[in-house]
Formats: sequence, structure tokens, C-alpha cells
Amino acid sequence: MLKLPIYLDHAATTPCDPRVVEAMLPYFTEKFGNAGSRNHKFGWEAEAGIDKAREQAASLIGANEKEIIFTSGSTEGNNLAIKGAAEMYEKKPAGSPGGGRGHIITAIHEHKAVLDPCKRLQKEGFDVTFLEPPRDGVITAEAVKAAMRDDTILVTLMWANNELGTINEVPEIGKLCKSRSVLLHTDATQWVGKMPTNVERDNIDLLTWSGHKVYGPKGVGALYVRRRNPRVRLVAQIEGGGQERGYRSGTQNVTGIVGFGAACELCMREMDADGARLLKLRQKMETELTKALDVTQINGHQDRRLPHILNISFGFVEGEGLMMAIKEIACSSGSACTSASLEPSYVLKALGIGDDLAHSSLRLSMGRWTTDEQVDYAIAKITEAVKKLRVLSPLYDMHMEGIDINTIQWAAH
Amino acid sequence: MAYGPKVIDHYEHPRNVGNFGTTADVKTRKDIGVGVVGAPECGDVMQIQIKVDPATGKIDDAKFKCFGCGSAIASSSLATEWIKGMSVDEALQIKNTDIVEELSLPPVKIHCSVLAEDAIRSAISDYKKKNGIAEAKSSQTAAH
Repeated sequence: MLKLPIYLDHAATTPCDPRVVEAMLPYFTEKFGNAGSRNHKFGWEAEAGIDKAREQAASLIGANEKEIIFTSGSTEGNNLAIKGAAEMYEKKPAGSPGGGRGHIITAIHEHKAVLDPCKRLQKEGFDVTFLEPPRDGVITAEAVKAAMRDDTILVTLMWANNELGTINEVPEIGKLCKSRSVLLHTDATQWVGKMPTNVERDNIDLLTWSGHKVYGPKGVGALYVRRRNPRVRLVAQIEGGGQERGYRSGTQNVTGIVGFGAACELCMREMDADGARLLKLRQKMETELTKALDVTQINGHQDRRLPHILNISFGFVEGEGLMMAIKEIACSSGSACTSASLEPSYVLKALGIGDDLAHSSLRLSMGRWTTDEQVDYAIAKITEAVKKLRVLSPLYDMHMEGIDINTIQWAAH
Repeated sequence: MAYGPKVIDHYEHPRNVGNFGTTADVKTRKDIGVGVVGAPECGDVMQIQIKVDPATGKIDDAKFKCFGCGSAIASSSLATEWIKGMSVDEALQIKNTDIVEELSLPPVKIHCSVLAEDAIRSAISDYKKKNGIAEAKSSQTAAH
């Protein structure tokens, strides 16, 4: 029996793997110590738990355990990496007249946890270039190269996009940054744990990821900070007891960190099999939906995409209305009908996708426990719902009558 | 977001879905008034068509189509239900707040009711224009 609702929103968060929960349990009760307590068994046990997790996390990305800083998640990791690196490597001190503190490169379809720190730095005297992606959403090394300046200090680009699943040319960008002695930070929240990662091979200096996207707990994540060739230094953003080599003060979230480590180890073992299976399911979903429904488009690069994320627009059907018709399927929409601004997804807009198709989009993201049966159900349900809503859609009528809706003068409201 | 039961009812069983012919057809028919409001970029397009009995001035029939969220669909469905049987001037008395109240729309969905009111007005205005009937000057426009 199929259990409803079906969860197809793994890019938002993943369930915690029961094996992760099991690893965490002792750290709530008997091994409850503060890892900073150096003089008794309780502290040592907690510290040992963290040490193991640090090794597990490091090995998932091909790093040394000394290069892992535990954080509360990717938002904190991104803030620390971007602001911390900018402040450390600035060309001029804060408050210098006329700015000129250094140049940073990012892209307009990054996550807000990258965009907002960059905008903050811009206000504080740094220059920021926000690259505009081509229609396929992929930022290339060539685009980064063209934006580089003599005073560029940091490039921060996500490895894979959270809404689209598209994959930037991170290893190529790493090579470029290395040759120019510019630091590269990558928000790899959607990538790590799903795809093989090696910070040495790919020349990454700073890398962020998060527990709850890799079948671990929420509220814990990690930032990789390169220690050799070059040794990267950051200005701490949270000051206090000097935990995490001074980069992130605050009593460590031992339970969360232990879970994070366990989750990383499981990903290491299972990502290949999970990825291959999910890719087949995604392809099936794409084939079936585009076969059954006309005026349907898959958003983002057709090949350079994560195996488990599908962003698809169904022309002439509004996303939120569609989600209401498929309430048995938990997923996301690029439509933002509920927001006061009525603005659709800025990520889809960044790709030059018209507002109408952005409003018509669904993001379906699968995970470790997504089954064939669930995918079949979703395909049937979505097809039925789109057909139903197109009967209601005045835009679909116009389309069928051969009227191009882009030529109509719509009243602004 | 959670929808109220009346929104869900209209969404699942929309009343009066359809039109009185193709865009070209209805343009030439004097007994039909067409109102299309909203914009695809805003995620809402509402179309209301009214069929008026020229002898009585009453709205004999009304149809709607809507590209939008559940509340937009429910607002336009409800609007057609209400205006059927009304005279065009009675229909002009319907306020967006009446729709908000009937469907228990939350504040973020008030624009859906505004669109429905606009769609009714726009359909009536189209009918009046086609038939050379002067529009009341005081016709107020809902605040957006």
C-alpha cells in the first residue's frame, strides 16, 4: 500500500536516516559531556565522538580532519566563509574612503545565504560581481575568468543549484582560481553526499555543506577550510570560547555533530547506488510527463544536473494552484503567489525563463527512500492535475486558438 | 498554506467553467461581455464572460476560466455563481470584501478577490460598450 502524502522535496530537507539517529542516541544521555571538559571521562567521550565525526566528514570530501569546522548549517558556513575570507584578505581596511577593499565574484542565482553576505560586504566597501547565468543555468570557468580583476580576492559559487539541480563548472573554476591565486568558496549543500567530491583534486579552498541535506540532523553542518597550499585563514564571525580552532566559538553540538559524521559515512558508502537509482527515476518522470503533456519544459541544463532534482514548468498552469491539486505530493513551486510581492522564483527569472513559466514550475526532488511506485503515482497525479487545470485556464485556450500570450497587453495590478 | 473549506469546495468543484465561444466569436456577440484581468507574470489571469438577456438586462449565464492559485479559482467560481440572475447593475454592487468574507480568504489572498471584482466590472463594461450603454461615472475602482 502506498502511504500518502509522498515526500518529493528532498532538496528542502531529507529525513534523518535511522542509522544516524541510532548513532546519536547515546550522546543525548550517557555521553552528554561538554567536549571542552578536558579533565574527566564525560568530556573525553564527547570529544572522541566529535573527533570521529570530523574524520567521517573529512573523508567524504577528500580533506584532512583538521580542515573541518563544525557549524550550525550551511547558512552559518557560508557567512563565515564569505565574510571571514573577505575581512581577512581585504586590500584596504574597513572604512577606507571610496571602498576598494577587494573584489568578489558570485552569481545572481545563488542561495540567499550567499547573496546576502555578499550584499553586506558590498555595502561595507567590497566590489561584488554578480554573474548572470546563461539560459541553462550553468556558470562556466570562462564566465568567471572574464569577470576576474587584479583585486579579485574571492570567488563564491554553488556547486549545484538548489532549485534547478544544475551543476556549475566548479573543478574548472577551481583550476582557474588556483592559477590566479584567488580563493574559491563553494556552497556544496546540494552536492556533497550525493556526488563524489574531492577538494584536493578540484582545487576548492572553502566548502560548505549541511547535515539535514545528507540524511543527518538539522542544525549542524560543516565548513572545509584549506590548511595547505595555500593555508586559508578566516576572521571568526562568532567569538567566545575558541572552539573549532577559534573559527566558531560556542559549545559544540556534540549529538548533532556525531549524527552529521554518521550521515557523511553513510553517504560515502551509498551515494553511487542511490544516485544511479534516482537518475533512472528522474529520467522516467521527465520522459513520462513531457510525453503526456504539451507545452512542458525542463528548466536548467538538460545534462549537467543532479540525479535527484527535477524542475519542470507546465505552461498555462499556475504552480500554487497545481500544488493544491496534488496535495498528496509534497514538493515545491517556483510560484510565489503567497508572497506579498507576487514575484516568482528569482532563480528561474535569472535563467531568463518568463514569469508565466516561472509561476508554472514545480521542483520535485527525490531521495534515499523514494520508490518506483511513488514516482509512478506522482506522474499520474501530476498529469491528471495539469489536464484538469488547463481546462480551467484561459491562457491554455488562447494558446490553442493560436494567440501568443506574450503579445497581449496585460494590465498591471 | 491551509485553505478554507469553501475555497477547497470551489477549487475541487468549480462552477460555471467555460466560455461562450472562441475569443474571436465572443468579440462579435453583443449579448456577451468579456472581462479578462490580471497578468501571467503576476501568476493570476481571470476571465469572466456574461451572457445578458437584452430584453430584461439580466445576466442569464456566466462562465469563468482562471489561471491562478486555489483562492483565485474559488473567487472567480463564486463570482459567476453570484452574478447569474442579477441585473448588470446589481452585479456591479458586488465588492471584493464580500468574496473575502464568503470564502474566508486570508490577507495574502485578498488580491484574488480584487481580481474577481475587477473581472465582473470588466465583463459588464465590455457588454455596455458593445451595446452603447453609458457607464456610471461613479464606478469606483478597487484599491490594489
